Amino acid sequence: MKIVSTILTILAVLCLGGAALAAEELLGAGATFPEPLYSKMFDVYYSQTGNKVNYQGIGSGGGIQQILGKTVDFGGTDAFLTPEQLAKSPDNPLLHIPTAMGAVVVTYNLPGKPQLKMTPDVIAGIFLGQIKSWNDSRITGLNPGVQLPGDPIVVVHRSDGSGTTFVFTDYLSKVSPDWKEKVGAGTAVKWPLGLGGKGNPGVAGLVQQMKGAVGYVELSYAKKNNLPYAVVKNRAGNFIVPSIKSVSLAAGASMPDDTRVSITDTDTKDGYPISAFTWILVYKEQAYGNRKASKAKALAKLLWWMTHEGQKYNADLLYAPLAGDVKAKAEKIIKSVTFNGQPILK
Amino acid sequence: MRRERLFRNLLQLAAWLVGLNVLVISITLFWGASPTLRHFGPGFLWSSHWNPVTDEFGALPFLAGTLATSFLALALSLPLSLSMAILLGEFLRGRWLSNVFKSLVDLIAAVPSVIFGYWGLMVLVPWVREVEMQLMPLGQRLGIEIMPYGVGVLTASLVLAVMIIPNTASIAREVLELVPRDLKEAAYSFGATRYEVVRSVIVPYARSGIFAGVLLSLGRALGETMAVTMVIGNTNEMPANLFAPANTMASVIANELAEATTAIHYSSLVAVGLVLFLVTTGINFIGTYIIKKMTVQA
Repeated sequence: MKIVSTILTILAVLCLGGAALAAEELLGAGATFPEPLYSKMFDVYYSQTGNKVNYQGIGSGGGIQQILGKTVDFGGTDAFLTPEQLAKSPDNPLLHIPTAMGAVVVTYNLPGKPQLKMTPDVIAGIFLGQIKSWNDSRITGLNPGVQLPGDPIVVVHRSDGSGTTFVFTDYLSKVSPDWKEKVGAGTAVKWPLGLGGKGNPGVAGLVQQMKGAVGYVELSYAKKNNLPYAVVKNRAGNFIVPSIKSVSLAAGASMPDDTRVSITDTDTKDGYPISAFTWILVYKEQAYGNRKASKAKALAKLLWWMTHEGQKYNADLLYAPLAGDVKAKAEKIIKSVTFNGQPILK
Repeated sequence: MRRERLFRNLLQLAAWLVGLNVLVISITLFWGASPTLRHFGPGFLWSSHWNPVTDEFGALPFLAGTLATSFLALALSLPLSLSMAILLGEFLRGRWLSNVFKSLVDLIAAVPSVIFGYWGLMVLVPWVREVEMQLMPLGQRLGIEIMPYGVGVLTASLVLAVMIIPNTASIAREVLELVPRDLKEAAYSFGATRYEVVRSVIVPYARSGIFAGVLLSLGRALGETMAVTMVIGNTNEMPANLFAPANTMASVIANELAEATTAIHYSSLVAVGLVLFLVTTGINFIGTYIIKKMTVQA
């Protein structure tokens, strides 16, 4: 009897608590890359406003499918929608709201963990299998002070479909015509050579196990795990150390109003060239299905918070915050969200 | 009487639900795979191109990877699991040591596959890499390219071999214990040695049961995902040799499904699932037929 009454008391408290806050619970799903950031943001948001937000990191592909199927309030994706995907909801367009930026770095297993300099040609050459050993003159020429061994280069890539792979192959397709023709860009591609590891830990694990291995991982993962990574020459000709600042700087020039743009191989002077946005996807008109106005309002407010107050959590978790121009564009997009044709936020 | 009927109906309902389940799964798989089957036709089975960028898909590398690792694992584990079963079921029968071994074997079955994957990655992979380095010069002379990756078909098979030992060993031990005592005693009374009894009486009598255990382990090996993914190298190409990295059907689905953004990519992964389903079902049917043929008519 005692147990039963205790449970009843707990239930009563929970119900009352829920009723007092009268909160809307929002549901999102998608990209795994921003999941740690979103978890932190939504946790803070819940304690500040009482609005619960549930985000499931199931991958960008899953996020896109779920928002198209209208089973979630918002989707998360690392790759902006293709025209074909946008055409699947012609009457009620999906909007892209950038929330953070990330970068992909080239990591390797070399004695002494040197910080190597790499050009786009060298990176493409390594991942195409054209540069086969570490003492190739194309690498040593860029790194005169570094003692490079004659070990064969073992390429490690992601085995799972991933936004990280998309960003990396998108970059290689832009800087190397050879790559574009032979491999191309995608969340999963037909790799010319190498081994696959699952997730950032899988790639990093294989790289760390094998002398002379090279792979690509997210900047935040590399930093957290103290992995060495390469300094990459950008389009302006500067060698850029990947950092939160240089990633933020990669977004700058010629942003379209809908923010659907790839910023790899950026033309900004100090931007790190293998950077990318991650977006949240929502419908422009929120009065669909049986949705209530209160839910639409909660969603719009959440998006505003994420692109403003929420941004201060980005740097802590090693994501780059949105820079000025992008923030202004995000504001405009959030303000264009409507309920029954009426803008939700003024 | 009404209670009796109710009970019977309840049992029937449960049985139908289970049967229906298999049917629904196969229909779902066919349905999901149909865009791929229509687009690529039977060529999906023997094309070795898997390129999500150009939307070309073929299941052959994964089919080869699954069959190669599973049968190799079976070949590697069979001598061990059978020896174990004969030792426990005949020689140590009823002794305390038998119970110790039995618990140890059952413990293998209880270890989650991700732990096996981790063990493979941390312990087995460096070993295999050492062996591969020793074999490299020999490979060069024979014209076989061996790269000291450590991960690949061989490593995956070794991990699988350990994982499937309990499936064969437990069932084989149980059927060996079921061999009628009078048969064995008759053999002994003719002056047969222990080895001769095992070879000519016990194993032939129990062979259909042993084979059922083998089938069960094969089923586990064919479908194993996590442990294999961690040590096979995940290369979507036909494996060139034992030491080459490859990929299996279960593993490519687990890897690529979450981020399959185009409809045809998604459908092709479902089609790979369908192939896996058909292969497993096919092997089971053949197995059941063989068991029937092998059963000793008493």
